[in-house]
Amino acid sequence: MAGPKNTVAWHRNPLIRGIIAQAVLIAVVVWGITTIYANTVANMEARGIQIGFDFLSEVAPFGIAFSPFIDFNLGESTYLTVFFIGIQNTIIVSILGIIAATILGFAIGIMRLSPNWFISKIATFYIETFRNIPVLLQMMFWNFAIFLPLLPLPRQSLGGGGFFLNNRGVYLPKPVIENASANTAFWLAIAIGIAAMYILHKIALKRQEQTGKTMPGKLVGFGLLAALVALAAMIFGAPFGFSTPVLGTFNLTGGIEIPLPLFSLWFSLTTYTAAFIAENVRGGIEAVTKGQWEAAGALGLSRSNLLNLVVIPQAMRIIVPPTISQYLNLTKNSSLATAIAYEDIVALWTGTSLNQTGQALIIVAMTVVVYELLSLLTSIALNIYNKRVQLVER
Amino acid sequence: MTDALIHTRLPDRAPPISEAGIIHWARANLFSSVPNTLMTLFSLYALYMLVPPLVNWALINANLAGTDRTGCDANEHGACWTFIKVRFNQIMYGLFYGANPDQIWRPVLAFFSLVGLIIPLFIESFNHKGKLAAFVLIVFPFIAFALIHGGWLGLPIAETSEWGGFLLTFVLASVGIVAALPLGILLALGRRSELPIVRGFSVFFIELWRGTPLITVLFMASVLLPLFFPAGVDFDKVLRALIGITLFQSAYVAEAVRGGLQAIPKGQFEAADALGLSYWKKMLFIVLPQALKISIPGIVNTFIALFKDTSLVSIIGLLDLLNMSQTASQGHEWKGYDTEAYLFAAFIFWIFCFGMSRYSKNLEESLDRGHKN
Repeated sequence: MAGPKNTVAWHRNPLIRGIIAQAVLIAVVVWGITTIYANTVANMEARGIQIGFDFLSEVAPFGIAFSPFIDFNLGESTYLTVFFIGIQNTIIVSILGIIAATILGFAIGIMRLSPNWFISKIATFYIETFRNIPVLLQMMFWNFAIFLPLLPLPRQSLGGGGFFLNNRGVYLPKPVIENASANTAFWLAIAIGIAAMYILHKIALKRQEQTGKTMPGKLVGFGLLAALVALAAMIFGAPFGFSTPVLGTFNLTGGIEIPLPLFSLWFSLTTYTAAFIAENVRGGIEAVTKGQWEAAGALGLSRSNLLNLVVIPQAMRIIVPPTISQYLNLTKNSSLATAIAYEDIVALWTGTSLNQTGQALIIVAMTVVVYELLSLLTSIALNIYNKRVQLVER
Repeated sequence: MTDALIHTRLPDRAPPISEAGIIHWARANLFSSVPNTLMTLFSLYALYMLVPPLVNWALINANLAGTDRTGCDANEHGACWTFIKVRFNQIMYGLFYGANPDQIWRPVLAFFSLVGLIIPLFIESFNHKGKLAAFVLIVFPFIAFALIHGGWLGLPIAETSEWGGFLLTFVLASVGIVAALPLGILLALGRRSELPIVRGFSVFFIELWRGTPLITVLFMASVLLPLFFPAGVDFDKVLRALIGITLFQSAYVAEAVRGGLQAIPKGQFEAADALGLSYWKKMLFIVLPQALKISIPGIVNTFIALFKDTSLVSIIGLLDLLNMSQTASQGHEWKGYDTEAYLFAAFIFWIFCFGMSRYSKNLEESLDRGHKN
C-alpha cells in the first residue's frame, strides 16, 4: 500500500532549501573574497607594491630599543626578526601582566568580601573606578601625567640596594652565573627536591587512603627542598652573583632594565584587569552556598581544611574560566602599547613595518594570525580545565 | 462596679546601646576582632594620607576663575579647571562646534531628543515599544545625522572630519551597536543553524573578530579598507572606523544573543514547528522576541565595552573624547595641564559606563526572578 503522496512542492522542501541557501552563501563569499583580492592587488600595484613575502628577508631600516632575548642589529636584522621581536615583546608584557593581575585581583576580590566595612568599600571603590574607565585612557594617564613628569631623573633615582625607579624605567639586580659548579649543584638540588616532594606526596596519599591518617607531606617536602638547596650552597658556594645597576653619566647601567613604556603598560594592564578578576573571585566565592560552609563546619573540619577542601575547589571552578578569558583580554589590550611607545607586535609590525614596506595585506594578516593563535591557545587551555573540573553527575 | 482592669502595653524599651545604632554597627563591622581592628586603623591611616591632599588639589585649591592660564600658573597647588571650562565645548563637541558655539544646539537637541525617545521604552505601561524602538534604531540615526551634519535649511555644514570629543565617542558607540545588532542576530542564528556551511561560516566569522584586538581591526579599517574597493571609491575616516567597529561588535553581539537563544526551552521551537511555521516566522515571532529580551543585559555589557573601546580610535588619529582632551592640553596655551584633561575625560567615561553597568545589573536581577520563580 502506498503511503500518502508527498504534497510538499520541491521548493518548499527544507532539505533542498538548505542546499540552495548554502550554495548561495558560498557563491557570495567566494565572489566577495575574489573581488576584494583583485581590487587589493590592483590598488597596490598602482602604488608600485607587489604583494608577496619577499620583504620578510629585507633588512629593516629602523632601530628597536627593547628586545631582551632576540638580538637586533640595525642594518643587518631583517623584517622577519622584527616580527619575532614584536611577538616576543607582546608575550613578555602579557606574562608579567597576567602574573601581577592575578595576585592583585585575588587580593582585591577577597578584600571585597571582607567583614571589615572599610576594606570592603575600598575594594568596591577600586573595582568600580578601574573597570569603568577605558584602559587606553588609564595607560596614557599613568604614563604621560604621572610617571613621566613625577618620577625623578636618573641622577635622583628612587630606591637603593640594586632596585631603582626613575623616569626612564625600573632597574633590578640581574642574576649572573659566577661559579658554574655551584650553579649546576643548585639546579640539581632543586630537581632532586621536587622529585622527593612528588614521591612524598604519593606516599602521603596512599597512607591516607589506607589508614585515613593524614601526613604533613607538603610541609616535609618543602623542608627537604630548602635543606637540599642550602646544603648545595654550603658545599659549592652561592649559585648566582648579582650584577646591580650603577649610576653612569646619564643613566643607570647594568642589571635588568625595564624601560618606562613597558612599566607603564604593565602597570595599567595589571590594575585594569585586576578589577575584572576581583569581580570573578567575589562571584566565585559567593556562589559557594552557605550550606556548604555549614556542612563542612558540621563535619568538624578545621578552618584551613574547610577552605582548602570544600570552599576553594568549588569556587575555583567558577573563578577560573572567566579569569582565563581575562588573560586573553589582557593580551589583546597589550596591543595599545603603540600609544605609549612600547614596541609590541602592533607597534613594530602593523605600525612601523607597515609604513616602511606598504605590504598592508600580508602584515595585517600576519598580525591577525598571531592573535588568533594566542586566543586558540587560550580556548584550548579553557577546555582542558573545564573537562578536568566538570561535575561528574551520577 | 469596680473599674475593669485595663492592661496597657508599655512601649518597647530601646535595645541596649551596645546592640544597636552606630556603636553596634562599628563593633560588628570594624572592630569585631584584633586583625579586623588593625585593618580598620590601617585603612583610616591610608585614607588620611590620600584623601585630604586629593581633595585639596581637586576642589579646595582648584582654579576656576579667568579664561587663561595665568591664574593656574600662579597657584600650582590646585587643579586647573579653568582649562576645562575654557575648552569645554571643544572637548565635548569637537573642532567644528568648538569653533561655532552658536551651533551647539544641534548636537544637544539630537542628544536630548534621543533621551526623550528612549525614556518611554523603560515605562512598563507604554504599549508601542516595538514601533518606537524601530523608529529610534532605524529612522532616528538619519535625522540625527542630518541635524548634526547640517547643509540644509541654511545650517552650516559640520564635516564628519571635524566632529570630535564626546560627540564623536557617542556617535561611534551608538551607531556601532545599532548597526551591529542585525548582523549580530543573523550571526547568532547562523551559529545555531542546522546547515553545516552556514554554521561553520558563522563560527569562523565570530571567532575571527573575537580573537583580534580592536586596534588591529581599526588599522585594518583605516589601511586595508580603501584597498579593498576599486580605485576612486573613498570613505571618510569616521565611516572607515565605523565599519571596523560594526564588524568587530557584531561578533560580540552574536555571542550575547546566542546566550539568549540557548536559554529558550526546546518546547518553544517544537511548538512553532508543530504550528507549521517557516524558519523565519518561527524565529521572528516565537524565538527571537523571547531570546532578545533575555540577552539585553549581555548586549548592554558589550555596549559598555564598546563605549570604552571607542577611545582606541584616537590611535588612528580621530579626535574622540580622549584624543580631543589630550590635544587640547598639548597646545602652548594649556601645556602641562594634561592631568586635568585625562581626569575630565575619565570622569565622563566613568559616569556613562557605571550608569549602564548598574542598569544592566538591575535588569539581570529582574529577569532572573522572572525565570527562576
